[in-house]
Amino acid sequence: MKLRQGTFSFLPDLTDAEIHTQVQYCIDNGWAVSVEYTDDPHPRNTYWEMWGHPMFDNPDAAAVVFEVNECRKQFGDYYIRVIAFDSTHGWESIKLSFIVNRPKDEPGFHVSREEVKGRSMRYSIKSYATDKPEGKRY
Amino acid sequence: MTNNNISENKNSHLGKIDLHAELVETGVEQVLVDLDKSLIGLEPVKTRIRETAALLLVEKAREKLGLAHETPTLHMSFSGNPGTGKTTVALRMAELLHKLGYVRKGHLVTVTRDDLVGQYIGHTAPKTKEVLKKAMGGVLFIDEAYYLYRPENERDYGQEAIEILLQVMENNRDDLVVILAGYKNRMNTFFESNPGFRSRIAHHIEFPDYSTPELLDIGSSMLDQLNYYLTKSAKDAFIEYINLRKEQPHFANARSIRNALDRARLRQANRLFKENNGPVNAEILSTLEEVDIRESRVFSGGIDN
Repeated sequence: MKLRQGTFSFLPDLTDAEIHTQVQYCIDNGWAVSVEYTDDPHPRNTYWEMWGHPMFDNPDAAAVVFEVNECRKQFGDYYIRVIAFDSTHGWESIKLSFIVNRPKDEPGFHVSREEVKGRSMRYSIKSYATDKPEGKRY
Repeated sequence: MTNNNISENKNSHLGKIDLHAELVETGVEQVLVDLDKSLIGLEPVKTRIRETAALLLVEKAREKLGLAHETPTLHMSFSGNPGTGKTTVALRMAELLHKLGYVRKGHLVTVTRDDLVGQYIGHTAPKTKEVLKKAMGGVLFIDEAYYLYRPENERDYGQEAIEILLQVMENNRDDLVVILAGYKNRMNTFFESNPGFRSRIAHHIEFPDYSTPELLDIGSSMLDQLNYYLTKSAKDAFIEYINLRKEQPHFANARSIRNALDRARLRQANRLFKENNGPVNAEILSTLEEVDIRESRVFSGGIDN
């Protein structure tokens, strides 16, 4: 099951040239772009591992594409995303986030149902991949 | 019938590119003219830059017409004595390459050994990469590049920086242009001991020293910008000064001239206070007299910076 998180996730995977164009858009807007990776695809897993520092002062997107490729070399079987942070007063949040790398095999999620008081149901989801310990999931 | 004619005309245009129109359109001509005007002397450098610009323009035109082309290697080396305009030309080069479409942003990142080489093991690679990333889309100017290589110290981290530089210069040729700069003979030694650099650098540009009249012109234009001028006798004294100063050690061409003029302005201000001839006008405030020049230590056998 293809993970659909962030912008462009319903499109085919972006090529490096497309990533470059998107990142350049972010930089031209004055957002700080950074690269993050994880092997826990749960939608509530908000904070992924940082790959280096956010790149505040790179005027060109080539640097980000370079870092994405460096990250792929080490974490080729992880999820890698690019996020753009807008530090403008009042925003101070992520304006754009998209996945740039995913594992070859994505097993998807298990929905577990729990009957609680009365006839209520409680649902939760869990990635099949996270059965295994960190670092051995994909 | 008329329709036919138009389409034929169009087709014949498609196969042709007016190089001169291209030169003006891209704004390259403007940069070259500015370069000619604002930089005094440096004829061989200007010629080389014109040649390079022509080559790059032809390469672009070939690409448009679908002929075989490949991105030429643009890494350069600027060698020459201090104060011969290497940094200034690098700045123009960045602008030029940007207008020609060979770098995307056209900014210049100036670094020295300190910005590239770390202080302990594992510090150098991230530091160099950080700088390279910052320079992507623009031009990386490495001043006094030979300091990167210190053969006397086997464990010097400079070698690591050199390796990363070479790798990025090769693999990310479309992303950045590297310009190495430094004194001529030391650059030669540097290239001899790092053959990898020599082969990756296509353009070796040498910056000649300025002649005395050129230095005088440079000085005059510097003063012009500051709304100062030299009197006739001050000018003669200044020519004498330049000739004496040139023979002294640590002569840094245009930079020495700027320093000399800064000191002359200082002495002029001092003189105006001492003379205390009542109110001053713009004329007096912008005139450098012979004494302002003559008081320099150089005339009494001393050494100026």
